[in-house]
Amino acid sequence: MKLTSKPLILHFMLIAAAAVFATNAVAAGWQPKKPVEFVIMAGPGGGADKMARLMQTIIEKHNFSPKPFIPVNKPGGSGAEALVHLKSKTGDNHTVMVTLNSFYTTPLRQPKLGINSLDYTPIARMAEDTFLLWVHKDSGIKSLDDFVAAAKAKGGDWIMAGTGKGQEDELLTNFLNSTYGLKIKYVPFKGGGRVAKELAGKHANSTVNNPSEQLGFFQAGDTVALAAFTADRLPMFPDVPTFTELGHKYVYYMQRSVVGTPGMSAEAAEFYRDVFAKVYDSDEWQEYKKKKSLLGDFLTGDELKAYWTNEIANHKQMLKDIGEIK
Amino acid sequence: MRRAELLMAIALAIFSVYLMWKSAELPIGWIPDEGPGGGAFPFWLSAAMLVCSVWVIVRWFRQITPQSRSSEPFFDSRAQAMILLVVGALTLMVGSIHFIGVYGAVPLFFVFYMRFLGQHSWAKTLTIAIAAPVVTFFFFEILLHITLPKGYTEPLFYPLYDIFM
Amino acid sequence: MEILQLLLDGFVVALQPTNLFLVIVGCAVGLFIGAMPGLGSVNGVAILLPVTFIVPPTSAIIFLAAIYYGAMYGGAISSIMLGIPGASTAVATTFDGRPLAIQGMADKALVAAAVASFAGGTISVILFTGFAPPLAHVALAFGSAEEFALMMLAFGTFIGLGGDDIPKTLISIFIGLILSSVGLDILSGQPRLIFGDIPGFFHGINFLVLAIGIYGIGEILWTIESSRGEVSVSQAVVTVRRILGSLKELLKSAKTILMGSLLGYFVGLLPAAGATPGSIMAYGFAKTMSKNPDSYGKGNIDGVAAPESANNAASTGSMLPMLTLGIPGSPTTAILLGGMVIWGLEPGPRLFVEQTEFVWGLIASLYVANFFSIVLNIAFIPIFIWVLKLSFTILAPIIFVLCVVGGYAPTQDMHDVWLMLLFGVVGYLMRKLDYPMAPMVLAIVLGPLAESSLRQALLQSHGSMLVFFERPISGPIMVFALLLFLMPAIKAGKKMITRRLQKVP
Repeated sequence: MKLTSKPLILHFMLIAAAAVFATNAVAAGWQPKKPVEFVIMAGPGGGADKMARLMQTIIEKHNFSPKPFIPVNKPGGSGAEALVHLKSKTGDNHTVMVTLNSFYTTPLRQPKLGINSLDYTPIARMAEDTFLLWVHKDSGIKSLDDFVAAAKAKGGDWIMAGTGKGQEDELLTNFLNSTYGLKIKYVPFKGGGRVAKELAGKHANSTVNNPSEQLGFFQAGDTVALAAFTADRLPMFPDVPTFTELGHKYVYYMQRSVVGTPGMSAEAAEFYRDVFAKVYDSDEWQEYKKKKSLLGDFLTGDELKAYWTNEIANHKQMLKDIGEIK
Repeated sequence: MRRAELLMAIALAIFSVYLMWKSAELPIGWIPDEGPGGGAFPFWLSAAMLVCSVWVIVRWFRQITPQSRSSEPFFDSRAQAMILLVVGALTLMVGSIHFIGVYGAVPLFFVFYMRFLGQHSWAKTLTIAIAAPVVTFFFFEILLHITLPKGYTEPLFYPLYDIFM
Repeated sequence: MEILQLLLDGFVVALQPTNLFLVIVGCAVGLFIGAMPGLGSVNGVAILLPVTFIVPPTSAIIFLAAIYYGAMYGGAISSIMLGIPGASTAVATTFDGRPLAIQGMADKALVAAAVASFAGGTISVILFTGFAPPLAHVALAFGSAEEFALMMLAFGTFIGLGGDDIPKTLISIFIGLILSSVGLDILSGQPRLIFGDIPGFFHGINFLVLAIGIYGIGEILWTIESSRGEVSVSQAVVTVRRILGSLKELLKSAKTILMGSLLGYFVGLLPAAGATPGSIMAYGFAKTMSKNPDSYGKGNIDGVAAPESANNAASTGSMLPMLTLGIPGSPTTAILLGGMVIWGLEPGPRLFVEQTEFVWGLIASLYVANFFSIVLNIAFIPIFIWVLKLSFTILAPIIFVLCVVGGYAPTQDMHDVWLMLLFGVVGYLMRKLDYPMAPMVLAIVLGPLAESSLRQALLQSHGSMLVFFERPISGPIMVFALLLFLMPAIKAGKKMITRRLQKVP
């Protein structure tokens, strides 16, 4: 039971304060009354964290919200902690969360949590991150065919470094194993930056990093991209073919989305949709998307929900294929 | 002291058995080609802890450690009262944060501690009891943007947010 | 002398009025944030990140670096004054800093911490200036096997830190390691040791929760019991002459500081290691090398100087993998990395070539930030000492409240506050029975790194333990670590042999 009735004096104070400090909030409907808790479903330093902090910075720079967004990292249990936290705040209008694909995989892999991803309020899909297959320059591998030959020769000694278990990097590794008859060994690490370093230091033979994670080494010429898990070639890597071109129609993206608590009020959801639409349209965000080879248009409301429904079905199948769930 | 030493060792032994049981939810053996399973690390550590707890108990019976020979009480009665009072007050403070928030619980805690345990003057007590939450608010919420729990007192802060944020 | 020219250009950037102002403000803010238990550089940097969007990137990173440095200095303050390590990097500082404060020599310890931090910072910045790109290669060569060997070395150096009671010391280490495995098992992706299915355990047990519980709450309970709640913690005095005197005395610690700085810097360089193992190893080595190891833990000034020089050197060191490899060596550098992305800079091997103004402006500002941090730190010492003079019935509730708020702040979860209270009370009871607490706190910091690197290396080697001994870097480190482990046995054996020999004739 939450206390809803405020003392009368408080109402007066609120009204007075609102009258004095109402700046540009003339036509707006619902507005946050206190700082907004901006939950990040990953630890500091990862792709989701960087993006969340960029969004927060854009919101603050352009004054898109009358109250600040305060980032809180909740990486526990591959996002389980964050999902449970938001669920426990059902109906709360001052909590939103930045998610990635563990938004689908974690509830599927941990049914004990009793979480349905579709319960969360869809606010905005800000981008889709892309994946490429990377090897070290010194391996001499130039194409996917070389890669398959080399990996086949090495069998179980071929090491793929990736982030997390039963998540995107392992799903992609499994695709390579089953499609090309390989026995690549998958070794999970904490964070994409660390994975990129494993390849650059030749502790691993290949990775399926996002461009943003490998960019530094790629530009220095240490690592080479062989193929992209995208529908079309990426503008930044015009010479890198897609798997579809190479004969296997396989496309995989990482969503970068913002969700609200389950049961958030419609007015509040509308406010956040508006804020993130503005963030999406800002020069900073568009510039970032271009530089990091991000795809994906702005999606919200029912469209976003439909996208989720589809992705959940896909992930369910993929997780079944690697034996993570039954 | 002698009894406390034994009780602590037994408690630790029970705790380590619980931990072993809990760790065994994940594989605790050596997975061929991969190394130890997910539960192995905590499981074998708990097992080692159990061995050490038993070791402490054995030494207690043989009266090797100074604690197992000491006939002094674990707490003298005055210290015991004092510790219980402070731990109780702390528990109450943390518990009440869920309802009246940090800004309600902290001043009450100061009043209790300074006035009733420390016998400081009311003037001194109230100065600190009021200054502490004010400083905390400005340092954490305004400067560092860390929101502290407020329980049911949350709406009282909306005007403050309007003014300072 | 291209480097000197670049550095000079960097100083021109760093000493511009706006940047200089930002450095001073940053150091002061950082100092206070660092001095609060529970808050460290990561909070200061994270919160001020958005602010930096309004100034040019170079000024922004200068500001954040100043906060980082200030907070590193500040961490020692809470360790010495309150006995609570404000961050994991300052754990080792409490071992001797706290006894010094209790003996009324808090000013001496604070001066030692400040000077050691300054020396550590300066030495590491000089190394950074001269050898950044080649050292990046060293960092790259460190894989999981090397990381595990390094962790073993860290464990080896603190084997001598426990009490005399062997089973109790071992229990303390085991509890720390087990607590560190709560949360998520990275390698299998499964939740682990989620007691009672409470979601708060998903994020694991934060080092700070244990440290604040044991050193904050437990320590005050201890003081209440031993003093019957009346005596003040210490009678400290501070005068300019005493500070100058302490400075002079510190000359004797020069060797320790140099060792701590070099060690800290090289450990900090390695991705994933960061400043904590560096400071612990520096303490352990200082103790091992000392002629008088028994004085450690009882208020030896070298015991403050070693970890403080190491943790500052390591925090500079950990900027290197961040800038050149894009890998954060600590949570703070993780946030800084996010900042670089916001400013549109791409960390990586090419950063040093393409963004010279940024890189050298940053390096120069590290020198400047270091200088202002020590000046501010020493200037504030009288204020900190004044706090210690408060009556205990005022200081105790203030520390309790700081513990509660500090336990809450990092994860913003009341679950952690309850856990902290529990650890405080249980830790206090265990301490009464002579269970040493330091090994537990150190184990919870090193445990996760050791376990994941061990298992990653074994995965890569198909379960063969030989991987740790075959590789050129991990092999020697591992052997050295094993020697450290065997040291007590060797010493005991030696004693026995000499005794026998004496008996025989």
